[in-house]
Amino acid sequence: MRAWDISIWFFIGVALLVNGILITGAGVWEIFHPPENPVVLFQLHASIWWGAALLIFGLIYCIRFAPRRHS
Amino acid sequence: MTLLAAYAVPRLVHMSPVDAVIVAFYFVLVLAIGFYLKEKAKTGEDFFMAGREMSAWIAGLSFLSANLGALELMGWASSAYQYGILATHWYWIGAIPAMLFLGLVMMPFYYISKTHSVPGYLKLRFGESSRALSAVSFAFMTVLMSGINMYSMALVMKVVLGWDIHFSIWVSSLTVAIYVAAGGLRSAIFNEVLQFILIWAGALLIPILGLTEAGGWDKLKLQIAQNASVEYTHLWSTLGSFDKNPMGIHWTGIVFGLGFVISFGYWTTDFLVVQRVLAAKDLRSAKMAPIIGAAFKMLVPFIVILPGLLGLALLPVKLVPESVAVVNGGHSYNEVLPLMLARYCGPGLLGLGITALIAGFMSGMAGNVSAFTTVWTYDIYRALIKKDATDQHYVTMGRWCTVLGVLISVGTAYLVMSFASIMDYVQALFSFFVAPLFGTVLLGMLWKRATGPGGFWGLFAGTLSSIGMWIWVKVDPKALSYVALSSSAKGMAENMYRALWSWIVCVLVTVLVSYMTAPKPESELNGLVYGATTIPHEEQVPLYHRPIFWAVVVALAFFVFNILVW
Repeated sequence: MRAWDISIWFFIGVALLVNGILITGAGVWEIFHPPENPVVLFQLHASIWWGAALLIFGLIYCIRFAPRRHS
Repeated sequence: MTLLAAYAVPRLVHMSPVDAVIVAFYFVLVLAIGFYLKEKAKTGEDFFMAGREMSAWIAGLSFLSANLGALELMGWASSAYQYGILATHWYWIGAIPAMLFLGLVMMPFYYISKTHSVPGYLKLRFGESSRALSAVSFAFMTVLMSGINMYSMALVMKVVLGWDIHFSIWVSSLTVAIYVAAGGLRSAIFNEVLQFILIWAGALLIPILGLTEAGGWDKLKLQIAQNASVEYTHLWSTLGSFDKNPMGIHWTGIVFGLGFVISFGYWTTDFLVVQRVLAAKDLRSAKMAPIIGAAFKMLVPFIVILPGLLGLALLPVKLVPESVAVVNGGHSYNEVLPLMLARYCGPGLLGLGITALIAGFMSGMAGNVSAFTTVWTYDIYRALIKKDATDQHYVTMGRWCTVLGVLISVGTAYLVMSFASIMDYVQALFSFFVAPLFGTVLLGMLWKRATGPGGFWGLFAGTLSSIGMWIWVKVDPKALSYVALSSSAKGMAENMYRALWSWIVCVLVTVLVSYMTAPKPESELNGLVYGATTIPHEEQVPLYHRPIFWAVVVALAFFVFNILVW
C-alpha cells in the first residue's frame, strides 16, 4: 500500500501561499479603490510587497516540500 | 446569531471580508493537520512523544512556540509601553542562558534516561513520592493556567474584534481539543511550528513600518525620551538602584532572581516546553533544539517589545492602566499591540495579524493540554491508578484526557469570568512550584550524593517557603522590604526574590536531608546524573554541526545585543 507523506513545511508553504495571494490581492484592490480612512504609511503599499514576499516563500516551500508517495 | 449579535459590540479594529477569510482558512488548516496526523498516532510513543522523531528545527521552533502565546505577545508589548526596554530582560537574560544550559548540560540526562516527562525523571532519580508531588501540582496548575489564558484571550478578542466571549472560548478550545486528541503531541508540535511562522508573518510588519515612520532607532529614542524619559531605552545602566528605573527593580533581582532561578526553573523544568525537546529524534537534535529556540527567542523582542516602544513614541493618544480605562474610558496599555496593528495594517494584513494573535493563543493552549495529557496518563493514571493496562488503553485515555483537559480549562475560564480575583491567586500559585523544582532537578542531575528523601523534602520545603513568603507579604505589606530587600520594590521584583529564596531553601534542605540519608548505589544512577553517565562524544561531527559551536554563536550575539542597548 502507498500513502501520502506530507511534511510540515508543505503545510507552512500552503499557509504562506494562500495568505500571500489574499493579501497581495487586497493590496492591489486598494490601489484602484483607495479607502476613505487609509492606514498610516498607506503610500508604501505594504500589503502588496509583504503579500508578495509571503507568496514567493509559500510557493518555494510548496514546491520544495511537495507531498510524496511512499510504500 | 450570536456571532452577528457580537458585531454590535464596540471594537478596536474592523475586519473586512478578506480578513475573515484569512482567519477562517487558518482554522481549516490546523484541523486538516490534526486529521492528517491521526493515522500516525497509534501507539503511546506516537501519541505522547510524537514518535521521538522530530528534527532539531521542528523541536526547537515548537519549544519556543509553546511559550509564545498571544498573552505573551500582548502582555509584553504592554509592559514595554509601561516600563520601556527593561521588558526585554524577560526575553534575553530571562531566557537565553537557561535555554543554552538546557541544551548543553541538562538535555543529555533527560534524553538518555528516555523519560517521557519531567516528573518521570524525578521518579527515576528520586523515587515515586517526588514524582507524585511534581506531577499532581503540574497537572492541576496546567489546566487552571490554560483556562485563565483562554478567558484572557476571549476578553482580548472582545475588546479588539467585538467577538462574543463564549464564541471565542468554545471555537478556539474545541479546535485545539480536536487536533490534539486526533494527532497527539505530533499534531500539537506541527501546528506550533505553523503558528510560529504565522506569528512572525503577522507581527513583523509592525516594527518595520513603525521604525520607518519614526525615522529609525535614534529618532525613536529621542521621541521616547520626550514622551516618557530617557531611562525607557536603557537595559542595564539604570538598574543600580530600585528607584532609578521605571520597573522599581535592582540588577541583583534581574540577574539572580530572573536570570538564574525563574528563567532556569521555567525553561529547564517546565514540562510544557521540555516535552517538545524530548520528542527530538536523537541526542544531537535534542541538544540543538533549545539552542535554535534560543536564537529565535533573542529576536522575539523585535515583534513584541519594539511595538510597545513604538506605541510610546508614535501613538497620538496616551494609554492608561486597565483600571483607569474602565472608569474613564480611553485605551489601556494592554491594547498597544492591537492599536499598532490597526495603525499600519489594512485589509488582508489585519487578518494575518489577528491570525497571529489567535495562533499564539492556540499554540500555548495546545502546549498546556498535550503536557497535561502526558503527565496525567503516564505519571498519575499509570503510576497510581492503573499500572498494567495495554498501550492502546493508555492512548485512548490520552485522547479522552485531552478533551477532559480542555473542558476543565473551559470551566476554569468561566470560573474566572465570575470571580476575576482567582486569576491573581492561580498565577501566584503556579510560580510557587517553578523555582524549587529547578533546585531539585539540578541537584538530581549534577550531584550524585542527592538522595530520594533529600529530593522530596527539598522540593516540599522550597514550595512551602514560597507560599509562606507570599502569604507573609499579603498579610503584612511591610514584609516586602525583607522578601524583596526594599520597600519600594514592585510586584515583579517581589516574585523574583521570592523565587530566589525558595530555590535556596530547596537546595539547602535537599543537601541537608541527603547527608542524613543513605545514597543510591552509583550503578543505579547511570543515565541520570553527571559523573555516573557516559555521554556520547561528537568528535566525528564537523564543528558547524556541533551544539556547542552554535551555543557559543548565540551567546556572543546575546552579549552584543545587551551591550548595544546597555
